Amino acid sequence: MYAQMVQSTGKGLQDRKEMSPEDQAFQDRIDRGEKIEPKDYMPDAYRKTLIRQIGQHAHSEIVGQLPEGNWITRAPTLERKANLLAKVQDEAGHGLYLYCAAETLGVSRDELVEMLHSERMKYSSIFNYPTLTWADMGAVGWLVDGAAIMNQVPLQRTSYGPYARAMVRICKEESFHQRQGYHIMIKMAKEGTADQKRMAQDALNRFWYPALMMFGPSDKESVHSAQSMAWKIKINTNDELRQKFVDETVPQAEFLGLTIPDENLRWNDETGHYEFSEPDWSEFFEVISGNGPCNVERLNARRKAWDDGAWVREAMLAHARKSQKRAQAAE
Amino acid sequence: MTHENEWPLWEVFIRGQHGMSHRHVGSLHAADAEHAIRNARDVYTRRNEGVSIWVVEAAKITASSPSDKGPLFDPARDKVYRHPTFYDIPEEVGKM
Repeated sequence: MYAQMVQSTGKGLQDRKEMSPEDQAFQDRIDRGEKIEPKDYMPDAYRKTLIRQIGQHAHSEIVGQLPEGNWITRAPTLERKANLLAKVQDEAGHGLYLYCAAETLGVSRDELVEMLHSERMKYSSIFNYPTLTWADMGAVGWLVDGAAIMNQVPLQRTSYGPYARAMVRICKEESFHQRQGYHIMIKMAKEGTADQKRMAQDALNRFWYPALMMFGPSDKESVHSAQSMAWKIKINTNDELRQKFVDETVPQAEFLGLTIPDENLRWNDETGHYEFSEPDWSEFFEVISGNGPCNVERLNARRKAWDDGAWVREAMLAHARKSQKRAQAAE
Repeated sequence: MTHENEWPLWEVFIRGQHGMSHRHVGSLHAADAEHAIRNARDVYTRRNEGVSIWVVEAAKITASSPSDKGPLFDPARDKVYRHPTFYDIPEEVGKM
């Protein structure tokens, strides 16, 4: 999940009796399955929660370019390089769709970027892990994009129109990401040399638990989830999505001849699901609060890109203003 | 809450195929119209989605307000006689 632990009101689900008539009418619209559009009435808490969620999602797409961008210049073939470039370019595009969706809620893109750079907004914990070998490009596409799709497909039905529409575009494009990753894994794990198989297994070992963490901690007791689900800006619980991800991914690993690094993993005939070990949540909380292996590097890379690009943004704006003045003078 | 030095917001419309009308696909930031077209090409047509792009500055769009929904659209609701199915034509007349 690209948006983890998004805070809503912090008060749990609001009782209908406590709602103003406007808020009741708003909730009725959502219950009827109507989409909320930018100029429609919405409770302040809905707006704020959505800005946090969509903003975090957008930041994840942007920061998510970095671990893969790391390998563009070292892709093993020209074809792989072109694939990876296209994927990273897509991530930039997805970030832009989402920033625009957030902007319809009354926040500017510059404000969102500033909040990321000053660490007042988060991005997904997964991008704070390093990508050490080429096999990591396979594991990231297969597992990280796979987990992201799991979360994003239901969000196409989210109650906020601009967010839902952005998710439709993103889902359409994201499927290629997962497949190109799995394709890399097939080449290495099934058709590769002993060393390449070892690299593929190592990548799976390192990315398995961080991928499970992407869905966020169990939300059985979360006060935020209930409200977000009532607003239909969260469709499934974190645990539901994590289970679905494990159920789909285990057979894919088996096909590759790779072993999921979990001794407790077993199929349960009664439930029809796999049983699996929870990730180490203390590691998750460390990473999300800034102490993961690459947090500092990622944020510094974003800040540097922003600062180094400042002259371009300013020059383009100055040029546009000058041409506009000239055009007006000529009229 | 727009920052003074932020590139303005543009709405993007794409004609998917010849013969179709332009359709709103999303928005983006750009310094001017020409720049907006270039960005739209990169952001919204990476997979051959269009044959033509329109961009318009978001601030220049006038939109109806949600509270006008009733006065604007309700009067059309009870005018079923504007639809062909309102009129029964005997079967022997054939297709009309």
